[in-house]
Amino acid sequence: MREQDLSEDLQKQVQQAAATGTALRIVGSDSKAFYGGACQATTPLPMAGHRGIIDYEPSELVITARSGTSLNNITSLLAQHRQMLAFEPPGFGEYATLGGTLACGFSGSRRPFVGSARDFMLGCKIINGGGEVLNFGGRVMKNVAGFDVSRLMVGALGSLGVLLEVSLRVLPIPKSELTLAYTLSAGEAVTKMNALSVRPWPLSASAYDGEQLRVRLSGAQAAVQAAARQLGGDTDVQGECFWQDLREQRLTYFQQPGNLWRISVAPASASLSLSGDWFLDWGGALRWLKTEEPAEAIHAATAKVGGYAVCFRGNNKTDWIRLDPALMALQQKIRAAFDPLKLFNPGRLHR
Amino acid sequence: MILSDHFIQQCQALVGVNSVIADQARLRVYECDALSAYRHLPALVVLPETVEQVQAVLRLCSTHQIPVVARGAGTGLAGGALPVERGIVLGLSKMNRILAIDPVNRTATLQPGVRNLAISEAAKAHGLYYAPDPSSQIACSIGGNIAENAGGVHCLKYGLTVHNVHQVKLVTIDGELLTLGGSGLDMPGYDLLALAIGSEGLLGIVVEVTVRLLPLQPQTQVLLAAFASVEQAGAAVAAIIADGLLPAGLELMDNAAIRATEAFVNAGYPINAAAILLCELDGMPEQVTADSARAESILQGNGAIEIRKASDDNQRKRFWAGRKAAFPAVGRIASDYYCMDGTIPRKHLAAVLKQITELADQYQLGVVNVFHAGDGNLHPLILYDANRPDDFAKAETMGGKILELCVAMGGTITGEHGVGTEKIGQMCVQFQAAELQQFHRLKHAFDPRGLLNPGKAIPTLHRCAELGHMHVHHGQLPHPELERF
Repeated sequence: MREQDLSEDLQKQVQQAAATGTALRIVGSDSKAFYGGACQATTPLPMAGHRGIIDYEPSELVITARSGTSLNNITSLLAQHRQMLAFEPPGFGEYATLGGTLACGFSGSRRPFVGSARDFMLGCKIINGGGEVLNFGGRVMKNVAGFDVSRLMVGALGSLGVLLEVSLRVLPIPKSELTLAYTLSAGEAVTKMNALSVRPWPLSASAYDGEQLRVRLSGAQAAVQAAARQLGGDTDVQGECFWQDLREQRLTYFQQPGNLWRISVAPASASLSLSGDWFLDWGGALRWLKTEEPAEAIHAATAKVGGYAVCFRGNNKTDWIRLDPALMALQQKIRAAFDPLKLFNPGRLHR
Repeated sequence: MILSDHFIQQCQALVGVNSVIADQARLRVYECDALSAYRHLPALVVLPETVEQVQAVLRLCSTHQIPVVARGAGTGLAGGALPVERGIVLGLSKMNRILAIDPVNRTATLQPGVRNLAISEAAKAHGLYYAPDPSSQIACSIGGNIAENAGGVHCLKYGLTVHNVHQVKLVTIDGELLTLGGSGLDMPGYDLLALAIGSEGLLGIVVEVTVRLLPLQPQTQVLLAAFASVEQAGAAVAAIIADGLLPAGLELMDNAAIRATEAFVNAGYPINAAAILLCELDGMPEQVTADSARAESILQGNGAIEIRKASDDNQRKRFWAGRKAAFPAVGRIASDYYCMDGTIPRKHLAAVLKQITELADQYQLGVVNVFHAGDGNLHPLILYDANRPDDFAKAETMGGKILELCVAMGGTITGEHGVGTEKIGQMCVQFQAAELQQFHRLKHAFDPRGLLNPGKAIPTLHRCAELGHMHVHHGQLPHPELERF
């Protein structure tokens, strides 16, 4: 598809929506429509045509692109220069867009070691609920001028504004990577993941699928080899496929029916007393749970250890996320500060 | 007395008589932060010791509509902790306990007044440390680091404060205690943790912080490369990054900085070089060996006239000693200096440095450049003499020009120091009116009456109009307290 700048059209559509009070469903490729609460808007605001790389110079470690640009386009362009989106965002679909990627704010297995989607966000151009086009942040690594609105957009599910352009920090692809595997119990796996993270090993992922703990090493070949020798374990020659399949949730675990909960806790937390099948990522800090337990029990068990849970995939669209009342009230005020008419994706994150 | 006796007595009742400062002599200590060119005597200083006291004081201020300026160690360089008219200073220095170090989960939970360096010192026994290392790390406090999203020498690889914090407890102006973030790596809904970091005390008061600790790296190597021109040094920086290396630190010093530091600490720098680069690489020994070899060949290929590799820890420390002593060294060659903090895309390094030199000639002031080249974060030090009339005004105007140049080059007016009072005028250059209004609406969501650090960080449109396109001498503004949104 050709590159085009639809900013003005999109702005007009938002202004029109504001004038008529019509709520909009912001759509990239709909690859992550399963996530979040039920969107109450029916009028689509299609973003996929608003595409193209605006600025990319490898020596700056920054890429700027329109939000409808496909994630695949961006990752392959970066790969040509041996660079990457280091937060390893899942696409969950061939045509996933950059805008949707950041609106959801998902990060893959490298996240605990290099940072999350919001950590790599440097700047953005948005349309707010008043139909104004606004720029925040920039194209430089360090920028503390004004409130950090760019990072606030990450994970907001479009509810604060329509992303038009995004600038992201990128990182070099490691010269060499290798995956080690260990057959362990769940308890042993959590202990080992955390023991490894306390030491300066060149880790870039660690996940436990219920049987095996896999650990990815990244860096100069000599360093990766030296670490592998010292750490022992089996080399998983299919390691690269495993991490990609985990990222895109193509592993068997994710294919089974039922509600899939995403639980965020301190990495060394003891197992939560919730029934179901577990899959651990992020060195223990992200725990997937396939379960039929009621939402109430899941939210309560995670809150008890200072973490939180969201229903990532499944039929729970009402109690999929939970915030304490004071935080909820504040989030609603923040939303009103950007989108007082609740035009953007109502119901998706907040009602 | 500007504040009523009744209000002062109420403060005393909340925190104790000894934690309220109302006498001129002791208030003087709080009249400025590290940007001492801006001074204003506070009406009252309150020094709470507990979260409950902070909540109670904020409720009281909210009821009486008294502005509140939070202050940590007072080491900020942008006048962010400058007292405001009729306002109190809420000093958090008494809340200085390390609440917990969790070596297994690699976190430290801290009261806001804990010094930055104290975190790494406490974590060291576990083989861990806290990565962000602003130059004031001996003195600056973690609460202030949160307020400013502080950086340091190792941001290129390890990020800013925002990348190294798991949770912040924030008290709102209504005295409500909010927990932003959590024990895991993210929070549900909007990322208010990221929003709070760098918000310069405008959204709430930080009363507890949980930071991420990292394992200490087993090996560190520093290369020192000398160049015959600043352009070549700038090109070498770009080449290192383009090659896929990610140094822990990549610092540039120009000839004026080299000479000043050499005269001061005798670090062994080549004093005839136009510029030197310090390139720090860390990791496993095998990683460091591989990276050093690559860095060396890139530096060579980009015209380095001399490359030195620290042969041991002592030499490495000596290489850094010069860089770390650069500011005090400049303090020896000029009676005063004014430290700027713009960031630019790296590709414009050489061009911007050249224009800074031209500005220095134009204003007839000296300038020394020593900065974080790896992330394009410039720190030009403008030399002036506070005893000469108009000298500071000249330095300030020149500083403003440098920041506008950064914006024109696609960069920003502040990389790590914050806007505070100092750069309020340049905010009108960096942002359009609609963007500033959006900032004010966001502020309003937290603090509808504008009591937290009013007049800082985000200018009113009124003020931008009054300042015109450019700022004037901030200290001489006729109405320091303009309309609040």
